Amino acid sequence: MENLALEGALTVTFVRSLFAHANIVDVDATAAEALPNVQVLTAADMDLGVFGPPPFPGVNPGMGRPLLAVDRVRFVGDIIAIVISDDRATGADAAELVSVDYDPLPAVVSPYEAAKDEVLLFPEVGTNVAARFGSPEHDEKLFGGCDVAVSGTLVSQRMAPCPLEPRSAAAELGPDGRITAWLSTQTPHQDRMVLAGTLGLDPAQVRVVGPDVGGGFGAKMLNVEEVLVVWLARRLGRPVRWTETRSESMVALPHGRAARLEFTLGGMRDGKVLAYRLEVLQDCGAYAVLGAFLPNLTGLMASGVYAIPRIEFESRSVVTNTTPISAFRGAGRPEASQVIERAIDTFAAELGMDPAEVRRRNFIPADAFPHTTASHAVYDSGDYEGALELALRSVGYDELRDEQRHRREQAATTQLGIGISCYVEITNGIAESEFGEVEITPDGGAIVRTGSFSHGQGHETTFAMIAAERLGLPVEKVTVHKGDTDEIAKGTGTYGSKSTQIGGAAARLAADDVLELAKQLVADYLEASPADIVLDPAVGRLHVAGDPSIGISWADLASRASADERLAELKAEHEFQAAPTFPFGAHVAVVEVDTETGRVELRRLVAVDDAGTLINPLIAEGQVHGGIATGVAQALYENFVYDDDGNPLTGTFVGYAFPSSADLPSWEAVEMETPTPLNALGAKGIGESGTIGATPAVHNAVVDALTPFGVRNVDLPANGENVWRALREAKA
Amino acid sequence: MIPAAFEYERAGSVDEAVALLGRDEDAKLLAGGHSLIPTMRLRFSRPSLLVDIGRLDDLRYVRENRDRIAIGALTRHAELIRDPMLREHCALIGEAAALIGDPQVRHRGTIGGSVAHGDPASDLGTILLTLDAELVARGPRGERTIPAAAFFSGPFENALEHQEVLTEIRVPKAAGTYLKYVRRAHDWATVGVAAARVDGRVQVGLTSMGPTPLRARSVEDALADGASPADAAAHAADDTMPPTDATASSEYRAHLAQVLVRRALERL
Ligand SMILES: Cc1cc2nc3c(=O)[nH]c(=O)nc-3n(C[C@H](O)[C@H](O)[C@H](O)COP(=O)(O)OP(=O)(O)OC[C@H]3O[C@@H](n4cnc5c(N)ncnc54)[C@H](O)[C@@H]3O)c2cc1C
Repeated sequence: MENLALEGALTVTFVRSLFAHANIVDVDATAAEALPNVQVLTAADMDLGVFGPPPFPGVNPGMGRPLLAVDRVRFVGDIIAIVISDDRATGADAAELVSVDYDPLPAVVSPYEAAKDEVLLFPEVGTNVAARFGSPEHDEKLFGGCDVAVSGTLVSQRMAPCPLEPRSAAAELGPDGRITAWLSTQTPHQDRMVLAGTLGLDPAQVRVVGPDVGGGFGAKMLNVEEVLVVWLARRLGRPVRWTETRSESMVALPHGRAARLEFTLGGMRDGKVLAYRLEVLQDCGAYAVLGAFLPNLTGLMASGVYAIPRIEFESRSVVTNTTPISAFRGAGRPEASQVIERAIDTFAAELGMDPAEVRRRNFIPADAFPHTTASHAVYDSGDYEGALELALRSVGYDELRDEQRHRREQAATTQLGIGISCYVEITNGIAESEFGEVEITPDGGAIVRTGSFSHGQGHETTFAMIAAERLGLPVEKVTVHKGDTDEIAKGTGTYGSKSTQIGGAAARLAADDVLELAKQLVADYLEASPADIVLDPAVGRLHVAGDPSIGISWADLASRASADERLAELKAEHEFQAAPTFPFGAHVAVVEVDTETGRVELRRLVAVDDAGTLINPLIAEGQVHGGIATGVAQALYENFVYDDDGNPLTGTFVGYAFPSSADLPSWEAVEMETPTPLNALGAKGIGESGTIGATPAVHNAVVDALTPFGVRNVDLPANGENVWRALREAKA
Repeated sequence: MIPAAFEYERAGSVDEAVALLGRDEDAKLLAGGHSLIPTMRLRFSRPSLLVDIGRLDDLRYVRENRDRIAIGALTRHAELIRDPMLREHCALIGEAAALIGDPQVRHRGTIGGSVAHGDPASDLGTILLTLDAELVARGPRGERTIPAAAFFSGPFENALEHQEVLTEIRVPKAAGTYLKYVRRAHDWATVGVAAARVDGRVQVGLTSMGPTPLRARSVEDALADGASPADAAAHAADDTMPPTDATASSEYRAHLAQVLVRRALERL
């Protein structure tokens, strides 16, 4: 993005709030504007309203985020003013010279405090509660008939997404009055709609290009910064660019998770679970954006891989004076699997049963699909017990339990813990559609155009493989185009692990359509009936059924069609829409815990991740690999924290314990493929599974290691200090 | 992030560096840059002039000097790790250097910069204090030797005067060990513990347990009185002021110090 040649581009630097909660009394830009070619804009200069996409269903619309803070700032990082300069260095100097007169207000940082409504972020709304989902009514008899009920409170701690490439945006107004925005994004087409909507433009006047950009992890949904960059390019009539600094990214890019989870799980002494109640208190940060909505997904996935007859779910989302919460790798589902998997282990510990055995007694059986859970999800396909047995075999479960017993008998300082997590998650969660187009090129290759967007996921390879296989072309003859709204008619983009299952499926259907069109053309040329033309996929040649000698290759077909000006016939688009799919798996983590320091060492992680049919196993493994790293990072390392005044304490990588490869073992990924009936590929999503499975496996392993000491839970991240605290409390 | 504007000069010799520092009271030396540049980028530090001594290769050495080892101030952490003389006579320096940051940090960072920066989390600072090292500084009025015990005066503060350049560090030959508890492989010490036998006496130092590197005097005294490692280690947090920060709480640090001191003493 920074290398984009934009002649005469101006640089944007945001002046961000240093206070978590304050009224803005005055902004004095005199000193800043004394620097050469510096201009400073504030909310008073804006002619735009609240930043939209429309609020999520059920979320209070009065808590949206203005493009610039108006009169009041609500988190450290809220934008107060915009500095325009010729270069970044001048911008940094000028931003420092913008003098903001704050009138500090009491800050509310903890969601428990926020829920009391004593300090209000939006006094005009009258409450900090942005949304409630589920049912507030308690069924008194929910746990009736249960021998045993266990409960607990878990925190899915706040995480900073930390993409290697921070956000970047650039925009330029063309001579034709159209605006082009280059964005480090996940969703070019949706961005175009939101930009047009917010700026009051016809979408046709907006072109969004997503160049080859890196990691989003959910957090790179269009945000106020990108809208402001585009607005500025129009207002100033000059190209404008902005690239987030790392320090800025830590507080200004939305965070993820930040949920408090309370559970009660009841069942019989034989291990059968009968009832489950889950209550979520979601911290949405300073503005009610996607974060406020996420508990819906937690509630939907509450049942996990188990057939639980009775489930009650309730959630509240509250605003606090912290960085807004949005989607982050898993988005609502890791919370669900974290809590049900801890609940099952707590239940097993209470019964004195092996946690694997309790799981076996409660799995939704492999022959019960499609299956509707008591939390209202319709699971497409699965074999949960198969995944667990495969994982246990791969890890050598019985031998590990022997080693654990031995260490316990020896009262070794370093104890062994084995943790199981069986998970199911939802991808393409809101049943979206995706666009695909395939076109034969003059040299007999193909172009795939997809509305899905690759920001590192390798669609260029996967989607090319899908089309190549359908057309009988070598994969290198297929090129994938994405990310330019002028070239790709429509799209929804990449998030929620939905790309292959709808975008890949759309590409496949479009390839099939092109093949049918090619058969018609070949039939014309060979004076045969289209029904008699078949493809020999091994050599990429269309011929008359039963007589391979009468046929034509893609290359010859394309050149003949070009000469006849009929090549345009070999082009088809397809939009594919389908219900969500439910990837699943089983992870087993093995940890060593130093019972004196509390230090946890992850020794092994065996991961069975079943995402249906795999198109490219190497790419799928890459997704699993990164996904597990994020899951382990939540289990053992990361936690974004604030002091009581709402100042971030982990705003750099010195404090924020983002792990590196040096901290993590090599994963043992085990393939398993249970196709979904919901698309022609049989594919489900794979981008978030590793994350969703790994956190509870590691968490359970740490608690398992400490069971002999009377420890029943360890707060995440299960780092040395939290383990030490848990041990100390158990002793007390 | 972008630092505030500054001037830059490269010094060809220590004397030239001393003279350049005299030009401006906000001038600062630049060695490996791995502490100074991050703080400048966050604008916590705004020197008006950087005097780069990073290429003074004659200050990169490890030499035997009678019963002591002399280390040039510009010697990089990676060089400390590899040095055969240190391995033989003062192995805990290389052991500690190997635990600093990541490979990039170890190839740029210098021992002089490490102690001059005065970060209470500096591993080498603790080692020098534990060993009763001597630090040699040269300024406009010539050279002087500062004992480590008098060098560290506060967080990011030390006994050097504005125009003084640290040139050499002298340590005794000693057997010792360094244990460092970190949350992540490349982290700063949550707590670090050095233990060494210097002239027959066991000396113990602590990292990240107060505003400067600290000596665990009560542990040393207990040992001198014949206490077992475990009993002596119970005093590890006496007279310390461990901070509470995003890495750890004060009480956890105090606990870690006790565990690590015992383990270090058992290893010694
Ligand atoms: C990611 C990262 C991780 C790190 N982890 C650790 C760690 O785990 N443990 C640890 O101990 N350190 C760690 N460090 C710090 C590293 O060791 C630094 O390199 C070192 O502290 C400073 O040495 P330098 O040569 O880079 O000094 P510089 O950054 O160049 O200078 C630091 C300060 O010392 C002054 N100075 C430098 N040389 C002299 C001299 N000869 N005389 C007088 N003043 C001088 C400078 O003016 C400046 O004020 C880490 C650094 C980074 C970036």
